[in-house]
Amino acid sequence: MTLFPRLACCAALLAALPALADTVYVSNEKDHTLSVIDSTSMKVLKTVPVGKRPRGITLSKDGTQLYICASDDNTVQVLDLATLKVIHNLPSGEDPEQFALSPDGKQLYVANEDSNVVTIIDIPSRRVAGQIDVGVEPEGMAVSPDGRWAVNTSETTNMVHWIDTRTRKLVDNTLVDQRPRYARFSDDSKLLWVSSEVGGTVSVIDVATRKRIHTIRFAIPGIPKDRIQPVGMRLTRDGRYAFVALGPANHVAVVDAKTYAPVKYLLVGRRVWHTALTGDEKQLWVSNGISNDVSVIDVDTLKVVKSIATGRYPWGVAIKP
Amino acid sequence: MSACSRLVLAVLCVSALPAAALTTVDIAYLEETRPPVTTLANLEPPPADLGRAGVELGIRDNDSTGKFLQQRFQLHSIQLPAGVPASEWMARLNKTKARLVVLNLPASTLEALLKQPGQEGMLWFNAGAADDRLRQSECKPNLLHTLPGRAMQADALAQYLVAKRWKKWFLVSGPQPEDAAYAAAIRRAAKRFGGQIVGEKAWRYSHDARRTAQAEVPSFTQVTDHEVMIVADERGDFGDYFSYRTWLPRPIAGTQGLVAAGWHASAEQWGAVQLQNRFRAYAKRPMQSADYAGWAAVRSVGEAAARTQSADAKTLRDYIRSPEFELAAFKGRSLSYRAWNGELRQPMLIAQPRALVSLSPQEGFLHPNSDLDTLGFDAPEVKCKP
Repeated sequence: MTLFPRLACCAALLAALPALADTVYVSNEKDHTLSVIDSTSMKVLKTVPVGKRPRGITLSKDGTQLYICASDDNTVQVLDLATLKVIHNLPSGEDPEQFALSPDGKQLYVANEDSNVVTIIDIPSRRVAGQIDVGVEPEGMAVSPDGRWAVNTSETTNMVHWIDTRTRKLVDNTLVDQRPRYARFSDDSKLLWVSSEVGGTVSVIDVATRKRIHTIRFAIPGIPKDRIQPVGMRLTRDGRYAFVALGPANHVAVVDAKTYAPVKYLLVGRRVWHTALTGDEKQLWVSNGISNDVSVIDVDTLKVVKSIATGRYPWGVAIKP
Repeated sequence: MSACSRLVLAVLCVSALPAAALTTVDIAYLEETRPPVTTLANLEPPPADLGRAGVELGIRDNDSTGKFLQQRFQLHSIQLPAGVPASEWMARLNKTKARLVVLNLPASTLEALLKQPGQEGMLWFNAGAADDRLRQSECKPNLLHTLPGRAMQADALAQYLVAKRWKKWFLVSGPQPEDAAYAAAIRRAAKRFGGQIVGEKAWRYSHDARRTAQAEVPSFTQVTDHEVMIVADERGDFGDYFSYRTWLPRPIAGTQGLVAAGWHASAEQWGAVQLQNRFRAYAKRPMQSADYAGWAAVRSVGEAAARTQSADAKTLRDYIRSPEFELAAFKGRSLSYRAWNGELRQPMLIAQPRALVSLSPQEGFLHPNSDLDTLGFDAPEVKCKP
């Protein structure tokens, strides 16, 4: 297909969508800024200065605020999305990198990488509600959609730690492959997906038993196995796909979420790190840390449609529908 | 046992969980006090806890994991001066009941120790001797090496120089036997990867090179044209004083200048910052290659203990030498031990004093199984029985 028919095809697809655009937020780790991008025009609307070394970003439940882990400032910033100004900070413990919001929007579970703890922030009162000891280098953080479990992955300990959200106690641990970086629950809270960067695998864990039921391995022709380092993931609500960013392999793996088999590999930018789906789940946006851009994937056709330049070392992606 | 290690032991005991169903994994650390190196530079003497600090951090990392698995790791530190008979080392080791042992000793002491009765029951990690003979002709099924040998160092450096197309090397070696060993590794690496040693010279001056280097070095290095001058000066008596004084403007590499090592304080990719931070917070200084080797040995035990849920030395040894064993060690790839000589296969950092320059193996050097095995002795080159 030549270039023009392909663009026309994409334009037609986009034109068929409802006219409201999503807003895509991207944290730029080394520029200490946030890029604000319109999902329809695919243009950067604004670049907002934020705290030092912004990494994990998460929307508030009502979508009016963006929480930003400013790792080198040892704080979580709260950005008002209407004015794009930081209105206050939340106490986060040291070096917050990733965090997860409870389904009721009232608590943030923060992984403090340097101090081997998870800090729970109560958002309405802006206070630390508790801290839980976990393994070495906690990074991945996720809360199940039914609110029951908060899990944290410890990179050097190679474990998933299960925190009972009612008692706030660590009740169990699941060993996974080397260097688990990211955890994601399925929408029905029945499965937990965990990526192991150095192990090169994704573990699918049954939440009821907290045992691994499947290990997904990846193979891309022409790419050395060691380069395949899974990090960020997203699962579609309809249970059809799981998307896995494969780091220095520069590809996103499309996994059939029912059979756990990788069905396609999409070439994106360099060192693809984290991912987010638009509200209607028709687009997947991924951050490419080393090429300083984000790539947009059309989910229906499983094609990469565009790359958009951001600041340096784009890290986290959050999308407001 | 020194007062320092007694204190460490006490601290570890205090911080351990109440002993309900806790399994203790005992690890011994044996260090021979090296004679004070009479390096002529007064900049940074080797730290007193070089190597040991890495081992102690490894114990702390293991304990952080272990507490979720009802395991705790007990370190037994033994430090003795040179000249102590191997039987004495073995007697002290036997008293600790530990059978997982990290060694920071010269090769001769290690060889004598591994001839002692009862040595077969131990799992020895060599984290202190870079001698190639231990990895090429004196392998043992229970001897592993976490410190990269000289062959690995030379191969890593050679690959980078060849990748840069700086293939003409002039080799200057010092008078010590270690210098000759390093020079031999460089010659081997040149043959393997296409480096061309255009000439060699021996630095035999014993005077302080700082005072006279401005006069000596230019005339000493007025030699056949070359692209890189490689120095073999393991003690650091003259290698640092060649840069910017040579007759021709040429980069210095080898034991000083551009160096290939298992670790460097400037490493920051693949989460290395976290390890560097943890080490600095603990030891109050940057992490060096010898520390990393000690850390990797202890973490190997920790990883094996976590996966096998065992503290038994034989179980752990079998797991560590199995194809399942993987160690994530902040260099972007899983590390494992070579079946044919027990050497830890690992990426090597090519670094100048203040920054990382490259990582070996370099792209383009191929291998049927793992490109990491292009560094050091590959299976066919090892002369021991497996």
